[in-house]
Amino acid sequence: MKLTYWQINLIILSFLLLIWFVVSFGFGIIWSEELDQFKIGGFKLGFWFSQQGSIYFFVLIIFIYVLLMNKLDKKFYKNSKDSQEIDKE
Amino acid sequence: MSLQALTYLFVGISFTIYIGIAIWSRAQSTNDFYIAGKGVSPLANGMATAADWMSAASFISMAGLIAFLGKDGSVYLMGWTGGYVLLALLLAPYLRKFGKYTVPDFIGTRYYSKAARLVAIICLIFISFTYVAGQMRGVGIVFSRFLEVDINTGVIIGMCIVFFYAVLGGMKGITYTQVAQYCVLIFAYLVPAIFISLMITNNPIPQLGFGDKVIGSSTYLLDKLDQVSIDLGFNAYTEYSKSSIDIFFITAALMFGTAGLPHVIVRFFTVPKVSDARKSAGYALVFIALLYTTAPAVATFAKINFINSVQEVEYKQAPNWFKNWEDIGLIAWKDKNNDGIINYSKGNALEGVKPKYLDDKEGDYGERITTNSPDFSNSNEIYIDNDIMVLANPEIAQLPNWVIALVAAGALAAALSTAAGLLLVISASISHDLMKKILMPKITEKQELFFARCAAAAAIIIAGLFGIYPPGFVAQVVAFAFGLAASTIFPALFLGIFYKRLNKEGAIAGMISGLIATSSYITYFKFINPQLNVAENWLFGISPEGIGFLGMIMNFVIALIVSNFYSKPPKEIYQMIDEIRKP
Repeated sequence: MKLTYWQINLIILSFLLLIWFVVSFGFGIIWSEELDQFKIGGFKLGFWFSQQGSIYFFVLIIFIYVLLMNKLDKKFYKNSKDSQEIDKE
Repeated sequence: MSLQALTYLFVGISFTIYIGIAIWSRAQSTNDFYIAGKGVSPLANGMATAADWMSAASFISMAGLIAFLGKDGSVYLMGWTGGYVLLALLLAPYLRKFGKYTVPDFIGTRYYSKAARLVAIICLIFISFTYVAGQMRGVGIVFSRFLEVDINTGVIIGMCIVFFYAVLGGMKGITYTQVAQYCVLIFAYLVPAIFISLMITNNPIPQLGFGDKVIGSSTYLLDKLDQVSIDLGFNAYTEYSKSSIDIFFITAALMFGTAGLPHVIVRFFTVPKVSDARKSAGYALVFIALLYTTAPAVATFAKINFINSVQEVEYKQAPNWFKNWEDIGLIAWKDKNNDGIINYSKGNALEGVKPKYLDDKEGDYGERITTNSPDFSNSNEIYIDNDIMVLANPEIAQLPNWVIALVAAGALAAALSTAAGLLLVISASISHDLMKKILMPKITEKQELFFARCAAAAAIIIAGLFGIYPPGFVAQVVAFAFGLAASTIFPALFLGIFYKRLNKEGAIAGMISGLIATSSYITYFKFINPQLNVAENWLFGISPEGIGFLGMIMNFVIALIVSNFYSKPPKEIYQMIDEIRKP
């Protein structure tokens, strides 16, 4: 069975949102105290994730999404450039 | 040059630039006025979004809040950035593909219902005015401290500037002024942060500096701050003091609320293509992250500097900034043990928390007298408003005057850019959604543009009144804005795109139940029974700040259940959703 554009999009979304959840709610809140046993430089790891790391990951997640979706757009809608630029108003 | 002259110079130059841009980019049509003719490049839109998003609260208050909350303050950092992931992945590209002007526009069309549109308009106006009130307070503080004009005059000057470029330029004018404002505000935020980071840890990058060792010692700054905080009776700076469930819910409410804020969403309507909407959300978050990763560093530096410069210092010897902010009314000192020495520790210095000053007399040491009785349950003698941390930081660290003047210009840029974005959203929802789509469908484009300008002007006047007569409840209603955005607008947009079967009955029932549940919980604890607002009384231990997430879950459940009892949406809606799912 071949996956449609929308199905692949949903798979990408679920995967990236899982990372989004783990780096913020996971490392930053739920497991934050356990991670605090480890240190990078002067930062306790859990503290670092809650005030720095989660934000860096958020940026990364969006750019990975941009890359993957641009590829996917090209694969499924090679000639869609025109349809995007013409607005229906 | 004196500090005041420098501040006038910096603020004057930046205001001239904003007005120049407004004249250059006047709006000609409703398309220009609402969504800048869809001609904004993703990079410029990213900067504009960042300026739009980073308000007086982000610029002035956030680092101060974190300084006092320690790790608990992380909810703002994660909450106000994580929402952009949701925006970029779940909303922005599809709403851009939909290709209309406003958020109620999408909700009204997708749920084929004027009632749904009306509910969305009500939520939007409430959220936006809540927000604007906060901006005006920020403008007032900056003007009164740095330009030494009356707060009211300051607010009126700010209003005139916003009036000029929002009413004239619409979204197009606002977008390009926001790009300029972003540059001013980020420069103003980073310069003092870098200076202070160098002074304390000799590391030029604040993001790394606050995890570094204090100059001339082998202790890490954060370890030292933990120790000092514990010694003064506070919690360790790098540990949570609130319960995990509350931290979780507040973060979630802020994230989903961010993704549902109309003035942010509408920015993604202005780019040329769907792929640009995704890219521009990424750029926006980079620009936002630059400030948001600096803020916790500023918070750490400010806290340690603050403690070092006032703790156990004689009041007569207290630094100038201490007395300046005392004059504005944002610091107060109550000498509980009559020793003339400032003592800072955990707890409230004054009964009733906020100081009430007695103006015709000075205290024994020349301090302003407060009529509040001292709170003898602790030994803390200082009242300090969180808001002054960023503004006072350069003074506390004894940086040159031009840095202080720069911070004043940056704070004004942050407040004005957000105010303008909000006013535009309010005016578009009134002229486009209320007038054109519900009340007077026959008006021409020219008339609609005229109504849009009138609505923007009216909104500015109301916002100005908020600034001159600040309602005492601004801080409390911020929870409201995010809670409502999370529990009403986000679910309606998300389900509208990802669940075709949702009909108008389901969507309206969901929005109304989210609205009622969230607002009654917040109203109960914040306004009706504020004395009951403690963890023991909260539902599942969730504070009013985090209740929006529970309201959102309720919205989802009720929308899905109700939807199943009524017929499917019409065929055209299915086609419309298929269409917006394509790039």
